[in-house]
Amino acid sequence: MLSPELGHYALALACVLAAVQGIIPLIGASRRDARLMALAPGLAIGQMIALGTSFLSLIYAAVTDDFSVQNIAENSAVSKPLLYKITGVWGNHEGSILLWALILGLCGAAVAAFGRNLPSALRARVIAVLGLVATGFELFCLTTSDPFARIWPAPMDGQGMNPLLQDPGLAFHPPILYTGYVGFAVPFAFAIAALIEGRVDAAWGRWVRPWAVAAWCFLTCGIAMGSWWSYYVLGWGGYWFWDPVENASLIPWLTGTALIHSAIVVEKREALKIWTVLLAIATFSFSLSGTFLVRSGILNSVHAFANDPARGVFILGLLGVVIGGSLALFAYRAPALTAGGLFAPISREGALVLNNILLCSLCAVVLTGTMYPPFMSLLFDRTISVGKPFFDATTIPLALPLFIFMGFGPMLPWKRAQLWPVLQKLWIAAIVAALACAVAVFELSGVLAILCAAAAIWVIAASITDMAGRMRLFRVPFATSIQRARMLPRAIVGTAIAHAGVGITVLGLAAMSQAQHKIVEVPIGTTEQLAGYTWTLKAVEQEPGPNYTAMVATLEVRHNGHLVTVMHPSKRSFNSQNQTTTNVAIHTNMLADLYGVLGDKHGPDTNPTYVLRLHYNPLAPWMWLGALIMAFGGALSLSDRRMRVGAPQRAKPSSATASVS
Amino acid sequence: MTRKTRRLWLVIACVACLGTAAALILRAFSSDIVFFVTPSQVEASPPPTDRTVKLGGMVVAGSVKREKHGETPVATFAVTDGQAAVTVHYEGILPDLFREGQSVVAIGTVQPPHEFMASEVLAKHDETYMPKEVAEALKKSGKWDPRFGPPPSAASWNNMTVQDASKTLSAPAAPN
Repeated sequence: MLSPELGHYALALACVLAAVQGIIPLIGASRRDARLMALAPGLAIGQMIALGTSFLSLIYAAVTDDFSVQNIAENSAVSKPLLYKITGVWGNHEGSILLWALILGLCGAAVAAFGRNLPSALRARVIAVLGLVATGFELFCLTTSDPFARIWPAPMDGQGMNPLLQDPGLAFHPPILYTGYVGFAVPFAFAIAALIEGRVDAAWGRWVRPWAVAAWCFLTCGIAMGSWWSYYVLGWGGYWFWDPVENASLIPWLTGTALIHSAIVVEKREALKIWTVLLAIATFSFSLSGTFLVRSGILNSVHAFANDPARGVFILGLLGVVIGGSLALFAYRAPALTAGGLFAPISREGALVLNNILLCSLCAVVLTGTMYPPFMSLLFDRTISVGKPFFDATTIPLALPLFIFMGFGPMLPWKRAQLWPVLQKLWIAAIVAALACAVAVFELSGVLAILCAAAAIWVIAASITDMAGRMRLFRVPFATSIQRARMLPRAIVGTAIAHAGVGITVLGLAAMSQAQHKIVEVPIGTTEQLAGYTWTLKAVEQEPGPNYTAMVATLEVRHNGHLVTVMHPSKRSFNSQNQTTTNVAIHTNMLADLYGVLGDKHGPDTNPTYVLRLHYNPLAPWMWLGALIMAFGGALSLSDRRMRVGAPQRAKPSSATASVS
Repeated sequence: MTRKTRRLWLVIACVACLGTAAALILRAFSSDIVFFVTPSQVEASPPPTDRTVKLGGMVVAGSVKREKHGETPVATFAVTDGQAAVTVHYEGILPDLFREGQSVVAIGTVQPPHEFMASEVLAKHDETYMPKEVAEALKKSGKWDPRFGPPPSAASWNNMTVQDASKTLSAPAAPN
C-alpha cells in the first residue's frame, strides 16, 4: 500500500501535474480559452492529492520503522516515541522540503477551492504561477534531496534523532513557520498574475489581503514558537540570538507586515499599487531565500543542522529564476500599471505609507546586519560577526517612531485629516504613556529600554482609546457600548487587538532587558539570593529515563519566607549519542519567569558541588503572549465579512476585456 | 496642498527614514562589529583591550581547569589553532557540547599579554558540524587541507597540543 515507491511515484506525478498546472492555464488565460483555464483548479487539487499521498507514505515509512529508507534510517530509531517518529519526518532536510512542497500544494488547492469568485483569467494565472513555483521545488526534491532513497543493506536500527530536537515545541514549529513562509506565495502569485494582466485595482487589493493576513498570522506564530523553543530548550536564558536563521524569518515578517498594511491602501484608495506588487514579490523572495540560503549553509549559523553545500547550486539557480524572473517581469510590466494618486501626508493613507517606509527601513537594517558578515568573508576574506549590540543600536531607534505613529494612525480619517482632533482624543493615552515613562525611569536602566516601555504603553493605551471611542464607552449606557462593539467591523477590532499585541510584546522585550542572572557553584543545602527571591538547592538525584540518565535537582524558591515553587532543573546524558541536554525548570506567574539551569557536578562524590544558573526574567511570557495576540487580531480581521476570501466583486464585470494582455 | 508638495513630503519621509537607517548602520558598524580572531593573530597583534572579539579554535586537551572564586565557577582552558595557544577565562557554565580537543568559539576581550576574558562560550552544535570560522582557521594554520579530504574527526584532535601542531604543520593531517 503506502510504500516508499508509491510516495516517490506520487511526488514525480505531482511534479508533472505542477508543470502542466503552470503552463496550460497561462496559455488559456492569454488566449481567453475558457476550457484551458478551467483545467487549473482540477490540476491544483490533483497536485495536492499527489503530494499528500507522497507525504503520508513517508510518515507511514517512519511510523513502521522502514529503515531501508535512507532518510528514516538516518533520522529515526525504534526506541523513538511515536510522536517524534511522525514529527521527525520534517525534522531533516529532505522531509522539510517535501513538507514545503506539500504546503505550497495546499495553497494552490485553497486558491482553487475558495477563489470561485475571482475572475477566471486571474484565478487561472494565480494557480499557474503557484504551479510553476511548485514545479521548481518538486524538481529540487526529486533530483537533489530525494526523501525516499533506499539503502542496502537496510540497518537493523536507525541512527536516532538529535535529542535537542525531541521536543513538542520544535515538532510543531516548522509546519507553522513554513505555512507562514509558503503562504506568502499566494500574494506573490497574485502579484505576478496582476503584472501579466497589467491591471491592479481595489478588488485585487481585497483579494490579496486575506491571503497575506493568513500567512502573516502563521509566520507570527511560527517566529514566536521558535523564540520560545530557544528560550526553554537551549537554556541560555535568552530568547533571540540575532542568528541568520532567526533573521531569515524576521525579514519576510517585516515586509509581510508592510504588505498587509499597503494592501489596505490599494483596497480603499487604489493607490500604492505598484509598491504593493513589489512588496508581495519581495516578501516571498525573502521567505524563499531566507530558508534556502540557510538550508544550504551559505550563511554560517549555530542552527546548522542540515548543511549541504552540494545542493547550493540548484537552490541558487531556483532562487535566481524565481526572484530574477519576477523582478524582470516587474521592471517590464510595472509601467503598464496605472499609478494611483498621491495623497495628503496627514491622513490614514499617509500614516500607512509612513508605516511602510519605517518597516522597510527596519528590514533594510536587519538585512544589512545579516548579509554583511558573509559578504565580508566572501569579498575581503575577513571573518566578522554582527550580534545583539549592532541590532539593538540600529533597530530600536527606527522602531520607536513606528510605535509612536502606530498609536494615532488607525484613528486618522481617510483622504484628509487634521492632526489636532486625533491628538485631543488621545490625551489620556499620552498621559498614561508619560506616567509609564516616569515609572520606567525609576524601574528600568538604559535609555532605550525606558523609551521602549513608554512606547509600548502608548501603543496599548492608544489601541484601547481607539476601541473605546468607537464603542462610545462612558458616553452612552454600557449595554449600548457593548452593542456597538459587536456591530463594529471585525477588521477594526482585529487591528486594535493586533496593535495592542505589538505593545505587549515590546513591553516584554523592554522588561527582559532588565533580566537578572547569577551563576554559582555550590554544595547541596546552599541558599542564594536573586531578585528578592531565596533559592535553595535541596537535593540532586540520579533518575533513569528511557534512553538517558538524568541528574535532577530540587530547587526551592521562597519569597519573603513563603514557598513560591519547587523547581526541578535537570541534565540528561543520552547513552547512545554521547550527548547531554539541559532541561530548564521555569516557574511563571505571568509577570516574571523564575528560570533555573543545572550545570556540571564537580568535586568528590562525598561532597560534590553543582553549578547552578539562576535567572529572573521579568515579563518574559508577555513577549510570546503579545505575538499570539497579534496573530489573533489578524485571524479576527480575517473573519470580517469583507475579508472573506473571494467575496468581493470587481466593479466592472467585464474584467477580462479590460485587461491589457 | 499641491501635487508637488505632496510628492515632496513623501520624498522627505523616505530620505529621512533611509538616511537615519544608513547612519545608524554605519555608526553601529564602527563600534559593534565583532571580529573573529585566531590564537596566532592574538599572539601576533592583540586587538585593543576594550574591543569585543570572537576567538575560535580547538580546546587543547588537558588544559581545562575549573576553579571557584567565592561561589562563582571559573573555567580556564587553552584554545589553539595549531600555531599558538591563548588562555581563556570564563565565568559561567560551559555549554553541553564543550569538549576537550573539539572546536569552540569564545566571545570576549583580550587582556595583556595574551589572556582572553570570555563573556560567552559557544561549542559546536553536533558531532559533524564545525563552525565555519574554526574550519577557516584550521585551513589557514595548515592543520587541515580540504584537498586531502574532510576535516579530521574530533577524536583525532584529542591529543593535539601546540607542540604536536607544529610537528604536523609540514604534512597535511590524514583524513580519517
